[in-house]
Amino acid sequence: MLIIKNLKAEINGKAILKGISLEVKAGEIHAIMGPNGSGKSTLAAVLAGRELVTVTEGSVTYFGKNLLEMPPEERSKEGIFLGFQYPIEIPGVSMVNFMKTAVNEHRKYKGLEPLSASDFLKMMREKKELVEIDSKLANRSVNEGFSGGEKKKNEIFQMAMLEPRLAILDETDSGLDIDALRIVANGVNKLKRPDSSAIVITHYQRLLDFIIPDVVHVLYDGRIVKTAGKELALELEEKGYDWIKKEVDKKDLA
Amino acid sequence: MEKEQDKIINDVTSGEYKYGFHSDIETEKISRGLNEDTIRTISGKKNEPEWLLEFRLKAFRHWQTMKMPTWANLKIPDIDYQDIIYYAAPKQKAVNKSLNDIDPELKRTFDKLGIPLEEQKHLSGVAVDAVMDSVSVKTTFRETLAESGIIFCSFSDAVKEYPDLIRRYMGTVVPYTDNFFASLNSAVFSDGSFCYIPKGVRCPMELSTYFRINSANTGQFERTLLIADEEAYVSYMEGCTAPMRDENQLHAAIVEIIAENNAEVKYSTVQNWYPGDKNGKGGIFNFVTKRGLCRGENSKISWTQIETGSAITWKYPSCILRGDNSTGEFYSVAVTNNHQQADTGTKMIHIGKNTRSTIVSKGISAGFSNNSYRGLVKVLKSASGARNFSQCDSLLLSDKCGAHTFPYIEVDNQTAIVEHEATTSKIGEDQIFYCNQRGISTEDAIGLIVNGYAREVLNKLPMEFAVEAQKLLQISLEGSVG
Repeated sequence: MLIIKNLKAEINGKAILKGISLEVKAGEIHAIMGPNGSGKSTLAAVLAGRELVTVTEGSVTYFGKNLLEMPPEERSKEGIFLGFQYPIEIPGVSMVNFMKTAVNEHRKYKGLEPLSASDFLKMMREKKELVEIDSKLANRSVNEGFSGGEKKKNEIFQMAMLEPRLAILDETDSGLDIDALRIVANGVNKLKRPDSSAIVITHYQRLLDFIIPDVVHVLYDGRIVKTAGKELALELEEKGYDWIKKEVDKKDLA
Repeated sequence: MEKEQDKIINDVTSGEYKYGFHSDIETEKISRGLNEDTIRTISGKKNEPEWLLEFRLKAFRHWQTMKMPTWANLKIPDIDYQDIIYYAAPKQKAVNKSLNDIDPELKRTFDKLGIPLEEQKHLSGVAVDAVMDSVSVKTTFRETLAESGIIFCSFSDAVKEYPDLIRRYMGTVVPYTDNFFASLNSAVFSDGSFCYIPKGVRCPMELSTYFRINSANTGQFERTLLIADEEAYVSYMEGCTAPMRDENQLHAAIVEIIAENNAEVKYSTVQNWYPGDKNGKGGIFNFVTKRGLCRGENSKISWTQIETGSAITWKYPSCILRGDNSTGEFYSVAVTNNHQQADTGTKMIHIGKNTRSTIVSKGISAGFSNNSYRGLVKVLKSASGARNFSQCDSLLLSDKCGAHTFPYIEVDNQTAIVEHEATTSKIGEDQIFYCNQRGISTEDAIGLIVNGYAREVLNKLPMEFAVEAQKLLQISLEGSVG
C-alpha cells in the first residue's frame, strides 16, 4: 500500500528526515515511536502533503502512485487521513457543514452523488455513536472551544466519517486521560477494516496497550534505527529511549 | 503547490467578473458637462413639473459651494465633473411600457443578468424595477401590487402620478444640502424606484430594483424613496452591476426610507459594481447616501448589505430613530480584493425613548485592498433607555491589505447602554491545510471559512439573495489567500 524509500526532508533548510525507508502493507498497523524532535510529526506532514516540509530526496509510493506529486486534498480523497496532533480551530464553520463538504468531495471523487441532507445526518449519527462522541460537538464550529480531549475525539470522528484506507495518527494520545484514551483507541479499533492500515505515531507505549501494532519502528534523529514486533514497545516503556540513543551514537562513532 | 496557488489567483483576478459585458443598445445621451442648462435639459426630457426643476436647481447651486469630502480613509483620484455624461437613456418606442415595446436587446441584457422582465417567467414573489443608465426600463407586477394598494413604480412615473407623495417625502430624510454627493444627486438624478405601502398592508412579495450601468462615460444618479405607512411591512432588495471598462464611472445614489408607527422596512443590497481589474484600473466609484427615518413609534428599519464590487465604496446606510421604541439594524459584509477601497459603515441616531440599534459589520480584506468600517452611534438627550450593540470584525486574507475600524460614540443620556466589540483575524495556512487534508480544495476552504465568518449577516438576507450572495463572496475571494 505504502512504500517509502530513502526519504529525506527539511524544514526551512534544516534536515529533519535523513533517509527513511518503510513499507506498510494492507491490513497492517505500524507504530512509530521515538523521542521528541526525532522527526515523527515531520514524517506525518510529508505523507499528508504539508507545504512547510520540503522533500529533498527519496520517494513515496501509495498504491503504485507517486504520492509526493498529489496535492493534499487528493491524498485525502485517495484515502489518506491524518489525525492532527494539534487539531485546528475554524470559527464560524459548523462541524456539520465542514464534514458534509468533506464527505461529498470524497464521494464526487469516487463518482458518487452527494448525500442528501437526511442521509448525511443519519451517517453522522451512526458514526457519532460508534466513536462515542458527544452529539453536541457536531453543532459547534470546527474544534472551536473544544477541550484537548474533545479535539482528539473529534479527529477520530472525522476519521470514521471519511473511512480512510491509511490512517496516520500523529500523537493522538498526547494530553488524553485514560478514559479519553480508551475511547480514542476503541474508535480506531472499531474502524479498522481487514484491508485498511494505520500508522500510529506516539511517544508513549500506553496507547499501544489498546491498539496492538504489527510492527514497531523507532525513529531517532531522522532515521529509523530499530524495527521489531510489538514487544519492542514494551521494551521502550521499560528502558526509555536512552539505550537506543546510546546504541545509535556508538554505531556513529565506530 | 505554489505554482497552483498562483494559477488560481491569476484565473480569478483576470476574468471572474461575470457581468462585465456591454450591450449594444441605441441610447440617447446628452453632451458631457454640468451646468444649469444640463439640469434644465434633464428635467425637460422627463417633462417634470416646475417645483422639481426648482428643487434640482437649488441643489445644484448649493453643490457648487461645496467641496468633495476628504475625511474618508480613501484615496480618490480627482474627478472631473465636467467630463461626465449626466443623462443616457436606452431609446424606447412607447411611454406605456408593456413588454412588447421593450427593445429585445434590452430584454436580453437583463435575461443575461438573471433578471427576467416577464412576470410569468419570474421567480414568483419578487417584483422588479429594472433601471439602465438613467431610466427605468420596466417595472414588473405593478398591477398585481396595486390590488393591495401598493405603489411600486419608477421614480419618474411617481413624479407624474403621485406628485403629492413625492413632494411630501422627497428630501425629508436626506436633504439636498446633506453632503457633496447627495447635493449632486439631488441636482441631476434621473430615475430610481418609488414604493409606498399603505396602512396595515404587508407587502405580499419581495420588491427589488436592479441597477445596470451600460453606457460609457456616464454617471448613474438614481433616487429611491420607500414609504411604509402605519403597520405596513416591506422587504426590499437591490442589486447592481456594470460593464468592465478601463475608465472609472461614477455612481452617486440616494435612498430614503420612512417608517411610520409600527411599520417595518427590510432593505437588502448585494452590491456588485465592476471593481476594476487586478491592477486597480477602472471600476465604479460608488458614493451613496442611504438613510432611513423611523418616524413612528415601534417602527423598524433594517439594512443588510453585501458589498463585493466597486473600485471605491463610500457608503453609510443609517437610521434616525425618532419614534419611541423604534429599532435600527445594520448588517454588513464588505469584501475588498486586489486594489479595491471601501470606507463603509452606518450611523445610528437615537432620538426617541427606548430606541434600540444593532450593528454587525464584517470586513474581509484581500490582495492590496483597504477596508474601513466607520460608524457613529449618537444618543441624544431625549433618548432615555437607548440601547446599542455594535460588533465590528475584520478578516484578513493577505499581508498586504488593510483593515481599519473607526467607531464614533456620542452619548448625551446617562441611561443609555452602548456596547462595542471588535475582532481582527486572519485565515491561517494551517486552517486551509486542515481543510485540504479532509479533501476540501483551497478555494472551497476559503469559501467555507469566509461564509462561516459572514454567516450572521448572510442569514439576514431574503432566500433569493442569500444563495447568490454566498457564491459571490466565494468568487470575489477565490485564490486570494497569500
